[in-house]
Amino acid sequence: MSTLGQIFVIAISAIFVQNFVLSRFLGLCPYLGVSKKMDSAFGMGMAVIFVMTLASAITYLINSYLLVPYNLEYLRTLAFILTIAALVQFVEMVIQKNAPALYKSLGVYLPLITTNCAVLGVAILNITPLADGSTYNFGLAILNGFFSGVGFTFVLLAMAGIRQRLELVDMPKSMHGFASGLILAGIMALAFYGFMGLKI
Amino acid sequence: MSFMKELTKGIIKENPIFVILLGMCPTLATSTSVNNAIGMGAAATFVLVCSNIIISLIKGVTPDKIRIPVYVVVIASFVSIVDMAMAAFVPDLHKSLGLFIPLIVVNCIILGRAEAFASKNNMLNSLADGIGMGLGFTLALVVVATFREILGNGTWAGIKVLPQSYNPMLMAILAPGAFITLGLLMALMNLLKERKQ
Repeated sequence: MSTLGQIFVIAISAIFVQNFVLSRFLGLCPYLGVSKKMDSAFGMGMAVIFVMTLASAITYLINSYLLVPYNLEYLRTLAFILTIAALVQFVEMVIQKNAPALYKSLGVYLPLITTNCAVLGVAILNITPLADGSTYNFGLAILNGFFSGVGFTFVLLAMAGIRQRLELVDMPKSMHGFASGLILAGIMALAFYGFMGLKI
Repeated sequence: MSFMKELTKGIIKENPIFVILLGMCPTLATSTSVNNAIGMGAAATFVLVCSNIIISLIKGVTPDKIRIPVYVVVIASFVSIVDMAMAAFVPDLHKSLGLFIPLIVVNCIILGRAEAFASKNNMLNSLADGIGMGLGFTLALVVVATFREILGNGTWAGIKVLPQSYNPMLMAILAPGAFITLGLLMALMNLLKERKQ
């Protein structure tokens, strides 16, 4: 397969077919927590894309040049989470300095990217053999991280858009908040399930 | 007695899933069958109890500024232990839970309890809190899994409960079913709470 074709396949499958939120169940806390307003959803999405791309690159290098040569694979979880935590801290400092308004609106959710399972999830998936036994190389791992982040942002924004409209709808009190958010996610997942049949 | 109080509060009154709303990802992903739910619940409970104990023991010597990385290291160590133990003793379960075993490390319940409870309380209470929260998490997983497995497969923990003629609603064990089941259960919890008041 040509490189461009491979990139296209990774993009389509990370954004639609194997969407992180709706089919892999990764990154649900921010998905339900930060999707009340469009602009904070956008900021969160951008932060996640940035962290996921960087984390994919760094964890891939750590795995192939540090853990595998020295037979330290059992330290993988520990090494990856520490890398991600340090990275998030760094991103937080950069945003705080350069975009205070964005920093304010993201509030508590920025440090929570550390515990966003999507970031650790993509790092582990990048080094896990695929269905046909092959693994991603360095470039494809970074692309996978980037497009997974894009997929996350895409559904986060869609969710925020729908929720803003839902504010005006009169529904039973017990359905407010998380309950309606989850059912909404279920209906979206059902729609995304249609992409499963996509042969690429 | 405070030990019993800390133990029981996590099961119903402060249930991590239905009341505190933490740890959504593993709840949705591993509740496809009751067996998976129990496996995930047990693994998370083990990590929760051990990390709660260690964190409450080292709370006096942990500098405040770097406490989160310290907690993460403690939790990640126990997750690695569980990961390797499950791969060795229950390989089938380990395979079906897959990615979600290493992901226990980022389960908000565990870090949440470390920060909100174990870092402020003594060892015995932290132990009770860990067991209670772990049981509450497992219970919630089993409840969600019960609905999904019976509807989607006609079985409960592998035992056939619905007649052969039942046509399984496959959607219940797929991703959309997970969201909708949990959403409806949450609405039901809210309704019960409203009625009580």
